Amino acid sequence: MVVGGGLLGLEAARALRLLGLSPQVVEIAPRLMPVQVDEGGGALLRRLVESEELAVRCGVSVQEIVEDRGRLLAKLSDGVELDADVVVFSAGIRPADGLARTAGLPVGERGGVLVDDRCRTSDERVWAVGEVAALEGRTYGLVAPGYAMAEVVADRLLGGDARMTPAEIDMSTQLKMLGVDVASFGDAQAVTPGALEVVVNDPVAGTYAKLVVSDDAGTLLGGVLVGDASKYAVLRPLVGAALPADPVAMIAPGGVELGADALPDSAQVCSCNAVTKGAIRAAIADGAHTVPAIKGCTRAGTSCGSCVPMLKNLLVQEGVEVSKALCEHFSQSRAELFEIVAGAGVRTFTELVGRYGRGRGCDICKPAVASILASLGSGHVHDGEQATLQDTNDHFLANLQRNGTYSVVPRIPGGEITPEGLITVGEVARDFGLYTKITGGQRIDMFGARVEQLPAIWRRLVDAGFESGHAYGKALRTVKSCVGTTWCRYGQQDSVGLAIALELRYRGLRAPHKIKSAVSGCARECAEARSKDFGVIATETGWNLYVGGNGGFTPRHAELLASDLDTDTLVRVIDRFLMFYIRTADRLQRTAPWVEAMDGGLDHLRAVIVDDSLGICADLEAAMEAHVAGYADEWRGVLDDPEKLERFVSFVNAPGTPDPTIEFVSERGQPVPVPRSGEPHQPVAIGMPGVRA
Amino acid sequence: MTAEMLEPAVDLQWETVCPLDRLQPERGVAALLPDGVQVAIFRTHDGAVHAVGNVDPFSGAAVLSRGIVGDRAGVPTVASPVYKQVFSLVTGRCLDDADVTIPVFPARVTDGWLQVGLP
Repeated sequence: MVVGGGLLGLEAARALRLLGLSPQVVEIAPRLMPVQVDEGGGALLRRLVESEELAVRCGVSVQEIVEDRGRLLAKLSDGVELDADVVVFSAGIRPADGLARTAGLPVGERGGVLVDDRCRTSDERVWAVGEVAALEGRTYGLVAPGYAMAEVVADRLLGGDARMTPAEIDMSTQLKMLGVDVASFGDAQAVTPGALEVVVNDPVAGTYAKLVVSDDAGTLLGGVLVGDASKYAVLRPLVGAALPADPVAMIAPGGVELGADALPDSAQVCSCNAVTKGAIRAAIADGAHTVPAIKGCTRAGTSCGSCVPMLKNLLVQEGVEVSKALCEHFSQSRAELFEIVAGAGVRTFTELVGRYGRGRGCDICKPAVASILASLGSGHVHDGEQATLQDTNDHFLANLQRNGTYSVVPRIPGGEITPEGLITVGEVARDFGLYTKITGGQRIDMFGARVEQLPAIWRRLVDAGFESGHAYGKALRTVKSCVGTTWCRYGQQDSVGLAIALELRYRGLRAPHKIKSAVSGCARECAEARSKDFGVIATETGWNLYVGGNGGFTPRHAELLASDLDTDTLVRVIDRFLMFYIRTADRLQRTAPWVEAMDGGLDHLRAVIVDDSLGICADLEAAMEAHVAGYADEWRGVLDDPEKLERFVSFVNAPGTPDPTIEFVSERGQPVPVPRSGEPHQPVAIGMPGVRA
Repeated sequence: MTAEMLEPAVDLQWETVCPLDRLQPERGVAALLPDGVQVAIFRTHDGAVHAVGNVDPFSGAAVLSRGIVGDRAGVPTVASPVYKQVFSLVTGRCLDDADVTIPVFPARVTDGWLQVGLP
């Protein structure tokens, strides 16, 4: 049972529903979200909430909650008794004003430190802002009023004369709950004397929109949107401004489409951080030509994010061309080239650049096209002209190091390896004089191999049953795992088994960037799945799937995409996720920025790959099936083909002679490259500051 | 720069490196010449052959033969596989850093064999 049908109560109820519970929402007012939504909007909101499998009881209060045979029994004012295992109270905020009470500062009738219009308490040396401050006796639980109060105080401390009045407080809110869009802004309840209400109510489509306008129908005062809040971003900044069009047309389906040009410079585009359209235009004029750049210098769009589409719109309006050209040879983006290659059946770079580009390509477009061709299943990556497109790593199927040698990483699916496997790796490293190190992806990297050694090294590894680990490719790297139910006392599912199955399914899959994954056998998360592009965490009944995480320069946790999936469904959703990423991401864009840049973000991604809103899931699954069926070990493909082996020589005129510039020294018992000139090679002294020369 | 560089030297010593068909168009090979000089040799899409020094001046590694061949505004180029700086195959100039140049060697095809000229 959730007591309180406001913004937070509904979000809490939804979260409980996602955990598999069946919550009842009890609201004392006659409708849900009574502060934000009017009666008409409330009726539709109730229907939409109920269609999300949440039970709603409005106009009743909780009289009593008693314990009844180990459960809770709530007695409601209408005589109904509800059984509950969990009761969540979300019935208004109570300011944490204990400090003020102890200090003897006057507090409001319903709590909160009383402040005047300067946000000053009764003691002139004490100020209060945010949810704890009771302005004219009332507290505000939203972020925008808190920021506004902080600005008033800052101004006052600097000797200014800023004031704030409750009438100016921006109470705009948007309910972010999957399946139910609600927004309310300005004078939503039409309390302004003489205010007129314009309503478009479509119970069939499930949308309700109301604009509140001044008595002369010239100024927008506020509004309510239920079912479809997509116009919130453009309508809210217009509050207080002259109406740019007929109000009915502004909210009617098929009516006027309002863009950024409808807003005056004084309109607030970002209400969370009080950033006006004028300020954003000035930032664009000063060179902020991308959404992240605007966020960085104005803070617009950095809190709730609802104004980001408007920021894009403003960039276009200001004439900033956001070039999506891949490089000087292609004016198309990577995603567009993917569609061209897939749709037009182009299978060589020469044909592609001849028909759709110019020149002979470069180190940007060639590997990008090579990756697209590989993702679409075009045989071995060294077949025909494809070989000329590959970056050196993909050309020698190994990772180039700074001294011109390569490192070798055999696949160790899920990090599981037999003693015999370990012995083989150890013997190969010893026999070829390689430096060995354990990687973060639970496998073993062997460094210092010269080009001409690679085939002999791989002959030994392939004969022992190893295959390419694709450490060199923009491809699936590893699926890391903890030991799960196999060994762990706390494991809930077989994480090793799933990790191996996933790694074998997606091995060799080329993508716009590298892809990492992990599977944890319980919520303790020992495999660090949430730092991966896709991470799986076991639950009691199945698997939770997280997407869009990474470590690296900008670490980011993966976010929950779907919960309690059975293994088949999990694999199907990951298939779709990976293929959708491969088709639509930019070059070198990892999944985290890809999800972030997506219009609608994670919710949109979920709609596309879980709910199949674009009707492309069958296509995505078929593409993945084709990849799985077409997989072949790239190193075996090289070893079996004398022509492909020809490239693995140090010198075309002296194939057996090692490159004389490659030299090693010994460090901690292993060979490492000689230090760069200017870096004297010496042991690192620890705790002996006086010893170093 | 100097008269010597503008006029081809008369008495170039031509080193025969490999059959031309060992050079896949737009992919390089490395060759070891007398005195340990390493050259990177490329055959571009139009059939022309180019030879430049194999050592990448930014990393010190002898790897330019393993870079991606392409063009910048029509000038044939190779990109270093280490830190990706692009060099003109015609002049040896680094197009990303005007202060850096790699050596350029004359290259020709004689009776189906690739030859590099040394002074």
